[in-house]
Amino acid sequence: MRMADTPIQAPTQSLLADRTTGPRRSHGQYIRWVLLMFGGIVMVMPIAYMLATSFKYSFEVHTLSLIPQEPTLENYLFVLEDGRFYTWFGNSLFIATVTTLSNVLFDSLVGYALCKFRFPGRYIFFIAVLSTLMIPTEMLVIPWYLMSSTLGWLDTSWGIMFPGLMTAFGTFLMKQFFETVPDDFLEAARIDGLNELQIWWTVAMPLVKPALAALAIFVFLGNWTAFIWPLIVTTSQDMYTLPVGLTTFSDEVDVEWELIMTGAAISTIPTLIVFVIFQRFIIRGVVMAGLKG
Amino acid sequence: MATLSLRNLVKTYGDTQVLHGINLEIGSGEFVVLVGPSGCGKSTTLRMIAGLEEITAGEVHIAGRVVNNLEPKDRDIAMVFQNYAIYPHMSVRKNIGFGLRTAKISAKDKLGRLEEVAEILGLGELLDRKPSQLSGGQRQRVAIGRAMVRNPAAFLFDEPLSNLDAQLRTQMRLEIKKLHQRVGNTIVFVTHDQVEAMTMADRIVIMKDGHIQQVGSPLDVFYNPANMFVAQFIGAPSMNLMPGVWSNGAVSLDKGGLVPATGVKIRQGASVVLGLRPDDLRVTQEAGLFTGTVEVTEPLGSETLVHVSAGGQEIIAKAAGKHPPVLGSSVHLTASPDALHLFDKNTGEALL
Repeated sequence: MRMADTPIQAPTQSLLADRTTGPRRSHGQYIRWVLLMFGGIVMVMPIAYMLATSFKYSFEVHTLSLIPQEPTLENYLFVLEDGRFYTWFGNSLFIATVTTLSNVLFDSLVGYALCKFRFPGRYIFFIAVLSTLMIPTEMLVIPWYLMSSTLGWLDTSWGIMFPGLMTAFGTFLMKQFFETVPDDFLEAARIDGLNELQIWWTVAMPLVKPALAALAIFVFLGNWTAFIWPLIVTTSQDMYTLPVGLTTFSDEVDVEWELIMTGAAISTIPTLIVFVIFQRFIIRGVVMAGLKG
Repeated sequence: MATLSLRNLVKTYGDTQVLHGINLEIGSGEFVVLVGPSGCGKSTTLRMIAGLEEITAGEVHIAGRVVNNLEPKDRDIAMVFQNYAIYPHMSVRKNIGFGLRTAKISAKDKLGRLEEVAEILGLGELLDRKPSQLSGGQRQRVAIGRAMVRNPAAFLFDEPLSNLDAQLRTQMRLEIKKLHQRVGNTIVFVTHDQVEAMTMADRIVIMKDGHIQQVGSPLDVFYNPANMFVAQFIGAPSMNLMPGVWSNGAVSLDKGGLVPATGVKIRQGASVVLGLRPDDLRVTQEAGLFTGTVEVTEPLGSETLVHVSAGGQEIIAKAAGKHPPVLGSSVHLTASPDALHLFDKNTGEALL
């Protein structure tokens, strides 16, 4: 017995025709574009100035010119020949990567449990998790420091990472996304013989990929650029992360801005790579979560 | 194939009881349809059979064993959901094969079973497509395929045709019925659509407010409704119901008219409700049970629904499609004595 069905019809109207005969642009639209371009320039300016400064000699760094009078690669050579730079870069990469993986794993597990299971205290637990979002980092660094000190984690990678291995933001984000996964999918998998962990991994996780990508990039960027906590918890230069390490280019009497800007310029490369790879997921994830970057 | 048995099944959510002791025996290979309005407990009953809802009290037996405390995967059942529940990130092949992930059979056997099911359902050429590339009917077939591939003791269908358009629903209804005739598995099918229930079921279970109202074959529940609810729920348009008082072998209708109704043993002066299906009423020009004016006609092609206002009550009758009565004309309605239904006005139970 073969069953017939109506095939999906391809759209017959040309999309190109719509484009060529589209509505005229209004003045309001042009004004919006100008405003957006202005906003874009405001945001790009510091990055452009950072790049310009990285190609300048020290005598020129305090001029506002975006084009160096005497462009040089000396700053890059100096920074890249400094062995410490690679150590800091490696520390930042390791910490940001581990923290990202940890968040993706544990935030989604907790978010899934809060979303899809009914258990006593679930609501209170969720409120408690959310309430931690209201406490600023500056208030937490002292308890974190005392914990690290007690547990012997000062000046270790573990000490830098532990406060961010799971986040309330990530848990909230993932819980919201798991709401979009129909319960029928999970129940079908339950009937098909999968245990709860298999259902989470095989059925639910692939359906929230945009959220995972958005979470991954937020966490990666947050940890890549983290400054206050790594500055407090680390004491030896070998344990510095890149943002903390870059501060060694300044002291009480002198600030070598051209070297700091060069280090900062190089440090943006991994974030740019992550952004380019996950760009489409980020936009979708941010739109779906209703978040601002 | 397996028998299913529900014994005094009760379900409560907090203080609210939604199922009040459901008793039902389903034979091996039988196609049973649970039908009723929203909130009647039909889906809850199905989900309790599947193990997706906890059983507050009572027992569910599948193939002779009590499954109350078994996980859904251990009950040897498969379920097809209203929104298909096929995974959008997997191909048709993976979706159908998903049910075999935990099956303890060789990879060769798994492949063989998958291909067999795909062939039966006409999905052979679609195996590498994603669900988003399929039509509604094809998606429904994938969902059925995923259930079939495990060769379960019983299939559970939870309103699987509700998301399809009218034409496709009719087609899939036929296909599921053919499939049942071919594979012969026990099927419990939930729907709120009485046409689906009538056309597919070996037996229909009509539910209301967590109680079973009647269990019987489609023709049985149509011609011998156990109460007023069943009489109104089954059949389209619904049965005409007219309150009155019975005495001396006839019903004196509240809004006028006298209809003979013999063969019923009730007290004189009992309040009753007279029931007549539109199909059983004939529109004539000769004197009949009722006389009235044609207020509305609804041509359906092969027949026409005629709304007649007779003594302040609206009665629906079916007339011939080609030559329906003229709007505003005076007509007579008549019916054979064995087409009459009589219900107790207070309890709603059938008396005749």
